[in-house]
Amino acid sequence: MKGAPTPPPHGQAGRLIVFEGLDGSGKSTQARLLVKWLQSQGYRVFFTEWNSSDMVSEVIRRGKKKNLLTPTTFSLLHAVDFADRFERQIAPPLRAGYIVVCDRYAYTAFVRDASRGCDPDWVRSLYSFAPVPDKVLYFRVPVSTSLHRKILSRQKISYYEAGMDLGLSDDLNESYEKFQTRLKREYDRLAPIDRFVTIGADRPVEEVLRQVRHEIRPLLIGFPKLEALVRA
Amino acid sequence: MRKTYGSPPPGFSSEHLRGHLIVLEGADGSGRTTEVALLRDWLEIRGHPVVDTGLRRSTLVGPEIDRAKQGHTLSATTMALFYAADFADQLENKILPSLAAGSTVLADRYVFTLMARAVVRGATRDWASKLYGFAIVPDLTVFLDARPEILLHRAIGRYGSLDYWESGMDLSLSRDRFESFFRYQERLHAEFEWMTEHYGFQVVNADRDPTSVHKDVVHSVAPLYEDGHDADVESTPPRPRASRARPAGPASSPTPAAPPTAPPDAARRSARRPPDAA
Repeated sequence: MKGAPTPPPHGQAGRLIVFEGLDGSGKSTQARLLVKWLQSQGYRVFFTEWNSSDMVSEVIRRGKKKNLLTPTTFSLLHAVDFADRFERQIAPPLRAGYIVVCDRYAYTAFVRDASRGCDPDWVRSLYSFAPVPDKVLYFRVPVSTSLHRKILSRQKISYYEAGMDLGLSDDLNESYEKFQTRLKREYDRLAPIDRFVTIGADRPVEEVLRQVRHEIRPLLIGFPKLEALVRA
Repeated sequence: MRKTYGSPPPGFSSEHLRGHLIVLEGADGSGRTTEVALLRDWLEIRGHPVVDTGLRRSTLVGPEIDRAKQGHTLSATTMALFYAADFADQLENKILPSLAAGSTVLADRYVFTLMARAVVRGATRDWASKLYGFAIVPDLTVFLDARPEILLHRAIGRYGSLDYWESGMDLSLSRDRFESFFRYQERLHAEFEWMTEHYGFQVVNADRDPTSVHKDVVHSVAPLYEDGHDADVESTPPRPRASRARPAGPASSPTPAAPPTAPPDAARRSARRPPDAA
């Protein structure tokens, strides 16, 4: 990407594994399964999700009520949230030698903010404090699958998840579909740039799981297990 | 044509932003707030409506920033992003609409203070300037340059003490607040010196009395409103002298304030070494 320098590898003792993809792509299920597997193998694992903190949720709620939020403030607020989470939750275990598994990472912001019209290079520069992961698994599904799973799960689609702030449609489901289409396009654009491992996630869970383990195994070669550390 | 430093925020349209953006920068105690008030009077008396803005907390994230500062728990990076969100809110919900309405926006500090604070806390200049790339370029930025001793005396005179943040106590430069104040202000000053070159500030010596400083500020501001720059003002009316005591109502003596011919004595001074705070 022009003008966006690639940050150096994190150089920390741990490993950083990132799961990215649309809602309903099955990435969260697979992330949890991976964590369980790694733990059962005797590794020290730390799992973290992209949840908005109370602080950001509160600001977003207020901003929405007064119609104050714009793509720029929205983007910056999520950067605040991620920076805080990164420094508290991700950086310490990474330095301490854990395998850190992230259900969404800075790429989620790159994709969402670009889909809201923010300059991709600008967004990237905001997140330059976040190191490049050892592996990014991109769970790629058709938008229809995402929408279908979302409806089946009976989770309420939120205003911003549906990109209602962009005025794509007055209908929540339709807006969701249009917005997810933009997100997917952006994920697909980043995939080669950021060396995502693309996983066709529109397949049976077991099959996807096997592929995830296959992708992760090389990272574990020579990586110390808890047992070895205790003995040392 | 109005420009931003980097890529503009989504939805930005420059063509209707008719008003001028004037920025006054300077440390706490540099007389900035007084000069903003004087300049506001000066402009309004001449028929230029003014909207003032500053780094006061926006309605959007103000309470959260205050809470974060109370707890001292957020890192420098997180706080810098937080301040940027706060500024973006001011820019998009206040500054841009005011400029579009044709008002002069008078900013009591701008992104430069935020960038300097971030840089002295460890951010790189590159990161800080990219972060604020969405900010619009002011028509004029005046830097009120005052010596740390002057700032110190004004701070103590006003508050009876030195503020935690204005002394940069969060940087752990010194446990002694007096010492910390000097070192912190020295670092900020160095940043402002660099920005003066880089962003083309007009420097005004703020060690002097408010009236003298005002004269220099006006000297920098006046050219923006000459040559029919502002279509809302019919030709050039006789310019009344700025009256500080009674800002409202027309000034009594319509003595034209001749535009200064020579640059004010101490304006545009270059680098100055702040004394050691030993």
